[in-house]
Amino acid sequence: MKDFGYSVLKDETIDYDRQDMRIAKYVLLQEPSIQLCIGCGSCSGTCAAGHFTEFNIRRVHTLIRRGETRLLKKEIQKCMFCGKCQLVCPRGVNLRNLILSINKAIEQIG
Amino acid sequence: MNKQVVVIGAGVAGLTVAGALAEQNIKVILIEKEAQTGGHVRNWDRLFPSRRHGSEVMDFLDSNLTKQVDIRRGVTVSSIVRTQNGFKVTLANDDEIDAACLILSTGFQLFNAAKKEEYGYGIYDNVITSAELESIFKSGKEIATKNGKNPERVAFIHCVGSRDEKVGNLYCSKVCCVTGVKQAIEIKEILPHCEVFSFYMDLRMYDRNFEELYYEAQQKWGVNFIRGRLSECAENPDHTLIIKTEDTLTGKPLKMTVDLVVLLVGFTPSAGTGEIVKMLGLKTGQDGFIASADEHFLDNNTDIPGVFVTGAVKGPACIVNTIADARATAQQAAKYLFTLKTG
Ligand SMILES: Cc1cc2nc3c(=O)[nH]c(=O)nc-3n(C[C@H](O)[C@H](O)[C@H](O)COP(=O)(O)OP(=O)(O)OC[C@H]3O[C@@H](n4cnc5c(N)ncnc54)[C@H](O)[C@@H]3O)c2cc1C
Ligand code: SF4
Ligand code: SF4
Ligand code: SF4
Repeated sequence: MKDFGYSVLKDETIDYDRQDMRIAKYVLLQEPSIQLCIGCGSCSGTCAAGHFTEFNIRRVHTLIRRGETRLLKKEIQKCMFCGKCQLVCPRGVNLRNLILSINKAIEQIG
Repeated sequence: MNKQVVVIGAGVAGLTVAGALAEQNIKVILIEKEAQTGGHVRNWDRLFPSRRHGSEVMDFLDSNLTKQVDIRRGVTVSSIVRTQNGFKVTLANDDEIDAACLILSTGFQLFNAAKKEEYGYGIYDNVITSAELESIFKSGKEIATKNGKNPERVAFIHCVGSRDEKVGNLYCSKVCCVTGVKQAIEIKEILPHCEVFSFYMDLRMYDRNFEELYYEAQQKWGVNFIRGRLSECAENPDHTLIIKTEDTLTGKPLKMTVDLVVLLVGFTPSAGTGEIVKMLGLKTGQDGFIASADEHFLDNNTDIPGVFVTGAVKGPACIVNTIADARATAQQAAKYLFTLKTG
């Protein structure tokens, strides 16, 4: 076969029809206030962990709700559980319990 | 029977309703707690979206006031009692007025920005509100920091005191987005070399010609829009400010040094409205503004026959909407007086 010098790229689309939504469902049930998020970035803007690493709590929980949990286990470990994010959320999302639930979900679902 | 109407509050809403009733030969007593009429708009320089001078609107509203309107300035209402023929209104100077119907146009109050301590209003010198910037424009004074230098970078912060359950205000104040865009353009007009940033969550350009103003701000003036809500503001030793947010469109935390921060403060129900709500036992919505009897069919009425509401007393509104609402209120009140006469 002729070598064109490139390979077929992996599809990076969020394929909502094929996503594993188990963690999303579990987390939503444990902490329904996550539904109130308006993506303002106050939590991630204030998060000390996010200033020194690539960690972004807003992105993490938005990705969960889209069923994107491949890197979740590694990502959520960067949180120091300080609760600063919750103090600034204008929608009253209970981020501390959310993070707890994410950890529980990883334990139970993997 | 006495057919006079008492209108409480002489902002855009009260002045419009008084003028429209006077036009129908109805006697109006207009009560204003301040020494001057006009309400908030008296303090605004140029108005969005057309940038017409606020004073032009003020002059227009004043020109509609005929002899039929008896204005009482610098006085508040101390009690309102329901009587057989309507209401007895007692003023703080002990004047008593009989009214066949009442119109409440006591407007709104600006959100107290000091409540959002993390933004540093009242703590840092160079954090001001949109209302204060409007006063600077109106005075014609130079745009300057407390050190007296022209700012090289200005940041507008959206949604201060609105859409924020931490301060108890879930609602959107509707006009601060477009006010911010208008003021960003005005800064660029005066200081072309100043960099202007706007930190927003959503830009709500809901009305006619608002989106076009946003377009102009980007195209003609190069205003920079960054999607992220301010998480905190701190002062440097030289009194410049460092602001922190997440730039949500890149997904990265962002910090920036600026010379001046302008907080786009929202609407809250006015204290004057609160007093009258108590006197009459009126209902308020969960946002604290007065609730009308029905949002579609009786939006200028309250649950008390003969008590009408108009303008920002019902929640955030721009001048165009306030004028339209007040004209509708005048019509409803005139209809009510007519049924009293015939019924
Ligand atoms: C920063 C800012 C900029 C704005 N710029 C624009 C703009 O460019 N264009 C635009 O369309 N809209 C603008 N608006 C909105 C505009 O200010 C309102 O639409 C308008 O003020 C509403 O008028 P109102 O009469 O309902 O209320 P108000 O302006 O609040 O008037 C209420 C009046 O009632 C009086 N009052 C209150 N309580 C009592 C009492 N108990 N007894 C007697 N009197 C009382 C008050 O003193 C006041 O005079 C802006 C708003 C803000 C916050
Ligand atoms: S609790 Fe975790 S996510 Fe929230 S601010 Fe602290 S480190 Fe960041
Ligand atoms: S602060 Fe609250 S509303 Fe804003 S992005 Fe974080 S969770 Fe969502
Ligand atoms: S109009 Fe804009 S700035 Fe004002 S509260 Fe609504 S979204 Fe925020």
